[in-house]
Amino acid sequence: MVTSVTSFSRSGLSDFVVQRVSAVILGVYMLCVIGFLLANPDLTYEGLVAYFGSFSMQMFTTLTIFATAAHAWIGMWTIGTDYIQPHYFGKGATTWRFLYQSICVFTLFIYVGWALRIFWSL
Amino acid sequence: MSNERPVNINLLPTRFKWPLPALASITHRLTGAGLFGGIALLLYLANLALHSPEGFEQAGALAHQPLPRLILLGLVAILVYHFYAGIKHLFLDFHIGETLEGAQRGVYIVFILTVVTTAVLGVALW
Repeated sequence: MVTSVTSFSRSGLSDFVVQRVSAVILGVYMLCVIGFLLANPDLTYEGLVAYFGSFSMQMFTTLTIFATAAHAWIGMWTIGTDYIQPHYFGKGATTWRFLYQSICVFTLFIYVGWALRIFWSL
Repeated sequence: MSNERPVNINLLPTRFKWPLPALASITHRLTGAGLFGGIALLLYLANLALHSPEGFEQAGALAHQPLPRLILLGLVAILVYHFYAGIKHLFLDFHIGETLEGAQRGVYIVFILTVVTTAVLGVALW
């Protein structure tokens, strides 16, 4: 069995499931928010805050934030491990891939903290 | 152990005609990578719009300026594509549309739905 040290869950099969479950969460959240925007063409600041500031929506947003982090990591990891290879990047490919993955993780970390602050300070 | 490692194939010297599903697949990846960067823009806008009534007005005005509007519309387009291509992927997971004809039909459906949905959202959201 091949073990990977940088995949999301150390298991390709588990990553496969996480990628799909998180995708469904993201899709439903997107439909809710776009539906809300379409249903409220004359949206006010108060209306927007009331929508995102309700506890149930804050919980849904938090779920979506973590689903985004998992989904984006698995997706970016897949791209990185497919293309940042010695064929294209020479002998230093592993170093470049590690650097790329570090930037991805750091960016997602910033996103999660920033997003949680935005939606929980309402 | 080492002989069980997955083999990465060098695609550079390979000359092949891109099948339609392959084109859809690489576009799914590209739009995913684009969305990774797009999150920053969405969070910036959400932060601005939710921060204060003044910020809400600023975000609204920003979304109507030509360049930000074009960028946002592009972000909507790649989000819509990634959404439909993802649904196509789930269908494939359930072995629906796996034949050559089915896969090609799936790509056409995703392309058409993306264009129509993006156009509708572009009109309705602005």
